[in-house]
Amino acid sequence: MLDTVIFQVRLPRVFAGVLVGASLALSGTSFQGLFRNPLVSAQILGVASGAGFGAAIAILLSAEPLLVQASAFAFGIMAVGLAYLISRTYKSPSSLMLVLAGIIVGAFFSALTSLIKYIADPYERLPSIVFWLMGGLSMVSIDDVVWMLPPILFGITVLMLIRWRINVLSMGEEEALAFGVNVERYRLIIVTCSTLMTAAAVSISGIVGWVGLVIPHLGRMLVGPDHKVLVPASIAIGATYLMLVDDLARTLTASEVPLGILTAIVGAPFFAYLLRRKAVGWR
Amino acid sequence: MRLEVRNATFAYRGGDEILRGISFSVSEGDLLSILGPNGCGKTTLIKCLCGMLKLGGGEILLNDKAIHSLTRAEIARNIGYIAQEHGQVFPYSVLEVALMGRAPHLGWFSLPSDKDIGIAEKTLEMMGISHLRDRPYTEISGGERQLTLIAAVLAQQPKMLVLDEPTSHLDLKNQIFILGIMRKFAKEGLSVVMSTHLPNHALHYSSRVVLMGKGGDITVGSAEEVITEENLSKTYGVDIKVLSVSVPMGTNLRFCMPVECAACID
Repeated sequence: MLDTVIFQVRLPRVFAGVLVGASLALSGTSFQGLFRNPLVSAQILGVASGAGFGAAIAILLSAEPLLVQASAFAFGIMAVGLAYLISRTYKSPSSLMLVLAGIIVGAFFSALTSLIKYIADPYERLPSIVFWLMGGLSMVSIDDVVWMLPPILFGITVLMLIRWRINVLSMGEEEALAFGVNVERYRLIIVTCSTLMTAAAVSISGIVGWVGLVIPHLGRMLVGPDHKVLVPASIAIGATYLMLVDDLARTLTASEVPLGILTAIVGAPFFAYLLRRKAVGWR
Repeated sequence: MRLEVRNATFAYRGGDEILRGISFSVSEGDLLSILGPNGCGKTTLIKCLCGMLKLGGGEILLNDKAIHSLTRAEIARNIGYIAQEHGQVFPYSVLEVALMGRAPHLGWFSLPSDKDIGIAEKTLEMMGISHLRDRPYTEISGGERQLTLIAAVLAQQPKMLVLDEPTSHLDLKNQIFILGIMRKFAKEGLSVVMSTHLPNHALHYSSRVVLMGKGGDITVGSAEEVITEENLSKTYGVDIKVLSVSVPMGTNLRFCMPVECAACID
């Protein structure tokens, strides 16, 4: 009994929380540096909207959990791929074009998700879809954790290796080129890694907001803007933060509060508090 | 180290030709000023020189190799470029900014080593801003920021500096300081190319001048040859006098002044 609770239920959930938190925080940090914008998060290129649609359509067609997960992962990656392709059709594929394309693709998939909610059976399928979109780790099994491990570890490893280059990229595209950095190639690497991680995370946790936005700021407050230190710090803070918030989600009330709701309830006021402080790490 | 521009032509997409048939070269020890009115294409030319923009026609050769056939890192190891405007988002320390100049010397996965930090610290020292080492780049003055960027570019250990209006936001003392440093670098064998709005800067500091007029006509030569009353008046479309005054050291110093301005002095 104890064995089951610890190894089959609690531990996978703790691991999942750690991995999801680390992924979202690291993606947010990388994107804020790459796009030189402290307001972007892991979701800016439409990965969450894509994953949400993938999950919704899978739930509509069959409620097989593994299929839902795979569909969420695939559509999350597809959405960002689409945004990347759209941005490439412009003459000069800049980061700004990529962000705009991401917003376009995100809006498109959100609309499709609404369409699926509208046509879904309101007694059985609709609640599952809504519940999935709220985000949570209550259904996580050890298999899920094993499954999400490769894409997340890959993303973390590569981003850790190139982390100092994010400093150079964050000086601006022309400046980075002048410093001898191949901006387009690094942009592709960062977007690929962040997308793999976020899609894997979202596919098992549902949509959990306010981690990829807030944690990088907290990291900058604690260790400064240098990505050499900020990247590992974001991973550690994100992992710890989500694990703790998930504990709250599980224990705060008699029935569980969805994690995605709690990260926003905790994250939004916390962000407001951070912005009040002077040294938030950007101007 | 030799940079050669041959018959360069450039137009932005859908626009008129901004550069037309421009040819000149820069060698070791040159300090070349690019002079001309607003909109004549100084910035465009400078961006072409360091491979940011690709020419429509003609070629730019860096040591006899076409510049667009080189990788970004190869260009950066030869040419240090400082743009005119530079926005900043994250408050990196002055040392962290200077360290970025080491990027073209580092492998894909490497972090700057102690040696790189040593080089960056040395360039801060050369610029006289070692005391700002740990200050956030976003909180220092415009002049100090320009010095930081020059330190970063020097950390690239380039053979040539290309600066787009390096003195435009600086006070008198900093202008003189930066121009003096550039002259010193040129004497030590670096090549320097910079654009400016001030004919006097070109006249007093540069060995060679490219005077650009609107519509693509250019005059290239030594400062003495190019900066004449006739050339300046034609290029800027206002009457300009080149005056000569004797300075205490016993030499004559030439300087330019618009006639309208001179007329104000009764």
